[in-house]
Amino acid sequence: MRLRLSREVIKDDLVRRVEDLSGQNIAMCYQCGRCSAGCPVVDEMDILPSEVIRLLQLGQIEEVLDSKTIWICASCLQCASRCPRGVEFSSICDALRAIVLRRRIATPSVDAGDVSRVMVTDAPQMGVVGALRKLNG
Amino acid sequence: MKIPYYPGCTLHERALDFDKASRECANVLGVELEELPIWTCCGAVFPLTTDSVMEILAAVRNLAYAARMGDKVVTLCSFCYNVLKRTNKVMREDEERREKVNLFLRADTETRDKTESFLKKDYVGQVDVLHYIEMLRDVVGFDEMAKRVKTRLEGLRVAPYYGCMLLRPHGEMKFDEHPEQPTIFEEFLTALGCDVVDFPMKTECCGGFQIVRDEETAIACSQTVVSSAVKRDADLIITTCPLCLYNLDRKQKEMEKRVNGFRKIPVIYFTQLLGIALGIDDEHLDFSDNYVDPRPALAEKNLV
Amino acid sequence: MEHRIGVFVCHCGSNIAGVVDVKRVAKQLADYPGVAYSTDYLYMCSDPGQNMVKDAIKEHNLTGVVVSACSPTLHEATFRRAGAAADLNQYRVEMANIREHCSWVHRGDKEKATEKAIKIIKTMIEKVKQNEALEPISVPMTHRALVVGGGIAGIQAALDIANAGHDVVLVEKTPSVGGHMAQLSETFPTLDCSQCILTPKMVEVSQHPRIKLLTYCEIDDVSGYVGNFKVRIKKKAAYVNRDICNGCGLCVEKCPRTVASEFEEGLATRKAIYTPFAQAVPNKPVLDRDNCIYFESGKCGICQKICPVDAVDYEQTDEFLEEEVGAIVVATGFDLYPIVNIGEYGGGSIEDVVTSLQFERLLSASGPTGGEVRRPSDGEIPKEVVFLTCVGSRDPENHVSYCSKVCCMYLTKHAMLYKHNVHDGQAYVFYMDVRTGGKGYEEFYQRATEEDDVLYVRGKVSKVFEEDGKVMVWGVDTLTGRKVEIAADLVVLGLAMVPNSTAVELSKKLKIQVSEWGFYSEAHPKLRPVESLAPGFYLAGAAQGPKDIPDAVAQASASASKVCALFSEKEYHREPIVAWIDEDECSGCKVCISVCPYDAIEFDSQKGISRIQEAICEGCGACIAACPSATIQQRNLTDSQLYKMVSAALED
Repeated sequence: MRLRLSREVIKDDLVRRVEDLSGQNIAMCYQCGRCSAGCPVVDEMDILPSEVIRLLQLGQIEEVLDSKTIWICASCLQCASRCPRGVEFSSICDALRAIVLRRRIATPSVDAGDVSRVMVTDAPQMGVVGALRKLNG
Repeated sequence: MKIPYYPGCTLHERALDFDKASRECANVLGVELEELPIWTCCGAVFPLTTDSVMEILAAVRNLAYAARMGDKVVTLCSFCYNVLKRTNKVMREDEERREKVNLFLRADTETRDKTESFLKKDYVGQVDVLHYIEMLRDVVGFDEMAKRVKTRLEGLRVAPYYGCMLLRPHGEMKFDEHPEQPTIFEEFLTALGCDVVDFPMKTECCGGFQIVRDEETAIACSQTVVSSAVKRDADLIITTCPLCLYNLDRKQKEMEKRVNGFRKIPVIYFTQLLGIALGIDDEHLDFSDNYVDPRPALAEKNLV
Repeated sequence: MEHRIGVFVCHCGSNIAGVVDVKRVAKQLADYPGVAYSTDYLYMCSDPGQNMVKDAIKEHNLTGVVVSACSPTLHEATFRRAGAAADLNQYRVEMANIREHCSWVHRGDKEKATEKAIKIIKTMIEKVKQNEALEPISVPMTHRALVVGGGIAGIQAALDIANAGHDVVLVEKTPSVGGHMAQLSETFPTLDCSQCILTPKMVEVSQHPRIKLLTYCEIDDVSGYVGNFKVRIKKKAAYVNRDICNGCGLCVEKCPRTVASEFEEGLATRKAIYTPFAQAVPNKPVLDRDNCIYFESGKCGICQKICPVDAVDYEQTDEFLEEEVGAIVVATGFDLYPIVNIGEYGGGSIEDVVTSLQFERLLSASGPTGGEVRRPSDGEIPKEVVFLTCVGSRDPENHVSYCSKVCCMYLTKHAMLYKHNVHDGQAYVFYMDVRTGGKGYEEFYQRATEEDDVLYVRGKVSKVFEEDGKVMVWGVDTLTGRKVEIAADLVVLGLAMVPNSTAVELSKKLKIQVSEWGFYSEAHPKLRPVESLAPGFYLAGAAQGPKDIPDAVAQASASASKVCALFSEKEYHREPIVAWIDEDECSGCKVCISVCPYDAIEFDSQKGISRIQEAICEGCGACIAACPSATIQQRNLTDSQLYKMVSAALED
């Protein structure tokens, strides 16, 4: 299937919302791929960080919202700190998760009830709180 | 000298060992860490969405508590440091969010004023957020610290692990002049007499909170870090972050299962290492929670 | 004559001495017949080294010198100067190349390398023994330049040469100077208006007291050689006496015949009698005979009737002018690669698929739409506009192999200007690479994405076709691996830059080389980028290769400075190592004339012999090899010398 590009498609409202929420100008990304190259958890992702941005440039946000990638980001900010155009993928990721979580259009990837007993008694509080805030809202 | 101190939840519970060693070291160096009389969780992670107001409220409250006590607040946990420092920047620079947050704080004041008047004025970023290592360098001074060292850690090969939250985002954290090649812990270790082991993974992510969602993902990260230090013949790794320690130390149990011939390496808090050098008593040096016991490595160099 | 040759063996640091036993070489050659002095030194080209040569010439009364060192291309001039400074004729100084020809290629075999070095030097000693004392050939020179082409490069070159105090003849084949730059809207990366920066220069070139501007003229023939060219120029019949014409424009207004305007790239019309554009210089019309009703049928004649000064003259014919010049700057510019060759993008048959120059006109305030972007088919404002880079370029299989260098930048500019024009429109640029080498260029490109939301799509478009009043663009986004399509309102093709259609034909008249794709060849791609291999010809602008305005102007100024350097001497001096014919032996068979690539040999029909014109001969040796009676010899490279050299080399 050919992807039909048009003003309407690439100026998708939800993509604009991602830009607002993340404070990032998605058009600035020139696809050098450095974010994907340095991401420590990229192996687990189904869509590369740079590809996520590319899909947003093409208005394909639904595909991005359905991806595993946005839940795998560890917010380590390696991508943001090295981006030559100052685009913070980690912020875009936060914004994408916020859209999913606020609208409850998907099940949160970490459920408060599911965090295992072991985790709660074993892991540092900051880890549990961090995970719940980032991945559960 | 007294400095307001924000321990944060983890140091109050799971990482008591970190808290204990850090307070005692400060005492030896003539600094009294004065814990904020009231504090709450900082939120653990800084929200990256621009419309976050509620999400930073807890952190602002803690800063506002600190503002009552002085012009700075010291913290140890990397996450707390990151959240407090970034939140502080929002309060200093983002007029709209500052106004909204202070509306909440004023409401707090009205309801709690009867018992204690903890907010005299709006919080606008009056407090400087300091990491303990910055306190050592800028308030105590590494030279002064070195003078108090009882046992120089000669021959001990230490790999300093920075992780993410102290350093990033570079422009906001301004933790080190060269955030891709930071040196503050190297200077600290040199002052203690250690051999510094430089390793390329010192600013890579340990997996962070992803350990809660998916162990595999996080362990892949922490193993990269651990192996890199082991490969360069470090005797131990130091960190400033309870979550990093959890991923790097405790998860070596899993790494052992996954990797044939895996070589373990102890991971301890930097203030525990400082405590050994300063000769603080065993009461303040608790390694019982560590999966990889650092004592054999230390004993080998006659340090315990 | 007693030979007293000096041999100077250079170590070149360890370059030579690391392989060749230089001490032994110097010692052994001291005993060679005719050698009066032999020595070695660490760096012969250094100041002390050169002084050794000078001192030895005087002290030992040397009659010739062999410097045994590197390649003559590197230091022959150095040591010739040193010899001359010690009053030894510079053509009695030779170099024996024992570096490139010996030490560099024989590492690891010191013994044999040393023997070879000795042989190389011996051959040069034998050569020097018979070298004549020569003087450079002096040729009188016309201090006047011809500039071919009146675009920005030609204008700049003409102005620079004229401002340096030399007369210039500027020849332009169209009715006005200005070239393609006059067609452009705004220019990257500063977005200053093209006309605003160009037209003052056009006026200056027409009013300069040292510039003779010949528009609507073409080069018919060039003869002669550097410093002394004779140029025949065809002044095409304009059917308007442009000396009388006052440029009132009445004839243009009343002319009943309209045809597509070349200047407007076919997007608007002009009359059969016309000035190409409003700011044309000179601002006087010419009559296009091929489209004129009078010339077709003998009827009409309105222009002649209405002209208030009787300037229209149907009887006018082509005239020929002769000009004498000393140097020629070639600045004939570029054309766009023919759109008909790009069948997959419609080959020019889709109205709303336009060339980049057409789009320039659509953006231009003086263009057919008054600067509003409207598409050709229905005059609607296009909301989805697709720009394609590398149309013809970088496609060695189907079109041209090279990168046209400027398309990335001008299409970025187009997308940006379009967006400034149509705020709610969307610009897409399909690209293979975005090449933005140039001061401020990358920042310009980044601005286009950041501020003007231009969407760059990585992938070469496969097909463009018409459907439902739209232009469908079939491409791919290789970054996501997805096939994409856009129903565009307008498509702009960044067609390859090719040499002006007249370039190859002109190169034959000028006898200068062109490269594979018809761009003029420079003498050296790095170190002599503005000179042609043929002496006296200089290159400027896109005629030499695809170039943007800053590069074209820089090259034009560089050519001008080369011309000025040539003109800085009263006479032209050239190497005397040329061929000569023994008049008594020559049979007049003319074989030499037929092989000479420089037309340097003339036939003296009275004496029935051929004669070398020393001022033109390049010393290539073709005639010497071809001469059936061995009557032609090269100075200081005679058969006798060669024989001795070969003997020396073969001696045990």
